Amino acid sequence: MYPPEFLYTKDHEWIRVDESVGTIGITDYAQKELGDVVFVELPKPGDHVTASESFGTVESVKAVSEIYSPVSGEVTAVNTKLQNNPEMVNTDPHGEAWLVRVQLADRREIDKLMRADEYEVYIQQEKAH
Amino acid sequence: MRYLPNSSADRQAMLRATGHAHIDELFSQIQSDLRFNGKLNLPGPFSEAEILEFFQQAAAESSREYVSLLGAGAYSHYRPVVIDALLSRGEFFTAYTPYQAEISQGTLQAMFEFQTMMTQLTGQEVSNASLYDGSTAATEAALMALRLTRRRRVALARTLHPEYRQVLKTYVRHQDVELVEVPYAASGQVDLAQLEYTLDAQTAAVVIQSPNFFGTLERIPEIASIAHRQGALLIVTVTEPLSLAIVKPPREADIVCGEAQSFGVPVAFGGPYVGFLTTRERFVRQMPGRLVGQTVDTEGRRGFVLTLATREQHIRREKATSNICTNQSLCALAATIYLCLLGKTGLRQLAEQNLAKAHYAAAQLGAIPGVVTPFTGPRFNEFVVNVPGDAECLLEDLRREKIIGGLHLGELYPELANHLLLGFTELVSRAAIDRLVKVCRQFSAKVFVSQDFSPPRR
Repeated sequence: MYPPEFLYTKDHEWIRVDESVGTIGITDYAQKELGDVVFVELPKPGDHVTASESFGTVESVKAVSEIYSPVSGEVTAVNTKLQNNPEMVNTDPHGEAWLVRVQLADRREIDKLMRADEYEVYIQQEKAH
Repeated sequence: MRYLPNSSADRQAMLRATGHAHIDELFSQIQSDLRFNGKLNLPGPFSEAEILEFFQQAAAESSREYVSLLGAGAYSHYRPVVIDALLSRGEFFTAYTPYQAEISQGTLQAMFEFQTMMTQLTGQEVSNASLYDGSTAATEAALMALRLTRRRRVALARTLHPEYRQVLKTYVRHQDVELVEVPYAASGQVDLAQLEYTLDAQTAAVVIQSPNFFGTLERIPEIASIAHRQGALLIVTVTEPLSLAIVKPPREADIVCGEAQSFGVPVAFGGPYVGFLTTRERFVRQMPGRLVGQTVDTEGRRGFVLTLATREQHIRREKATSNICTNQSLCALAATIYLCLLGKTGLRQLAEQNLAKAHYAAAQLGAIPGVVTPFTGPRFNEFVVNVPGDAECLLEDLRREKIIGGLHLGELYPELANHLLLGFTELVSRAAIDRLVKVCRQFSAKVFVSQDFSPPRR
């Protein structure tokens, strides 16, 4: 379910790091909790994002939720397909519906993130609450 | 009128319940030297009948016999009686949208119609279901532009209502926002060269008013292109929305906002008035306030819902588009009824009547020796006159003739001492204008005789 090559945050974002570029999205658990996604608000290429700070929002029929960045750095690409197809976040959260790519400012930041097996334990605990 | 009296027995019972021996204990937190110890200078209690008589007499003495030329953001227009008859129906008579909003389809439909008409008048794509008043609408528009552009600087035209500027200043006081003022030119319009000079790549928005505080129409397309060249948004504020019935809608603006009191809401000290805000569809997610949308139910019937509510404060708390906005459903309903009653043709005819009265008055006043209408820009139903001598004395003379002679601008604009801002709605008769002109002519003659020199030749 949760790709082992990704790292995960407690706020339910994932990141896949290739060299020094991280691709960021929200997890399958997050999209299920949100319900039908109707709008995704993202930064522009060139904007700076900071670890643990909000860089955009995902709006579902129930709520508008912040997206928190797993890492700090400069946005190099934004998934423009989401503008007209926000429902992709529900259908393919770990693939087609990636949100942004970020040039990592500090690779050490990813050491704090969870591995897939840790994340699965974490969401079991979340569900128990 | 309902009294909510409490007797001394009631007060004793309340004190027993809260566990206090004396009412003063409730104020013990306030230092005694900060408390008022004298007797309040208030008349004794009146009976219900006495109170009614008091206010009826006060109303008869003040408003009815007087002709008011006060505009400056609040306009005396005729209110068809059917407005209050419909407003006071039990189904409508609340200031708020109900908590389970979709139960009240009638209220939502009325708000939907309000939104539709406001977008038609302002030439914009979406409208919210009203805001608190014109000044807070202008402020919300500026805050919206700050969010949309992620910039921290706003340029305000000096021709924007001074109180609106003050409200805006209060709101952003602790928000690290820089406000800059753009002066006006001899025409009474925004000085375009100065505007160009003031704007930079950090400016989020330019806030203007049209017709502006002097009653002059602004050059909106020119101002829009100057703003847009710097990536700033143009916010057009309208305090006299009746003007929108005959002037070109401000389509070039990114946000149009203002006061809709002119549409069926009586002039009242302290309101309630009704703000509006319209914008482009692509900005809808940053638009504050409630938005009513049209949809179909499971059987395909037309219905109305609150939409995009996920960005409102009861759901999104501190991240909401606004934590301080409200709406004015009842006043917006008055505006909706008013606009429906007048219709497209009626509204235009009314606006033409206002325009004609103001222009007749301007021509008559301008012909008086020493009286000058300084601003040359096009106007709607308000304009500025510079009077010879002390404007306060002229206002006194006018009051004796049962005319409230407009607003003396000297206090708000020190450079405009002895300038009066005069407004002419359909409620100002031609006879009243002729009376105004007569008093002004006598005043002018008096001033020139006392100063012992002839008026300048025109």
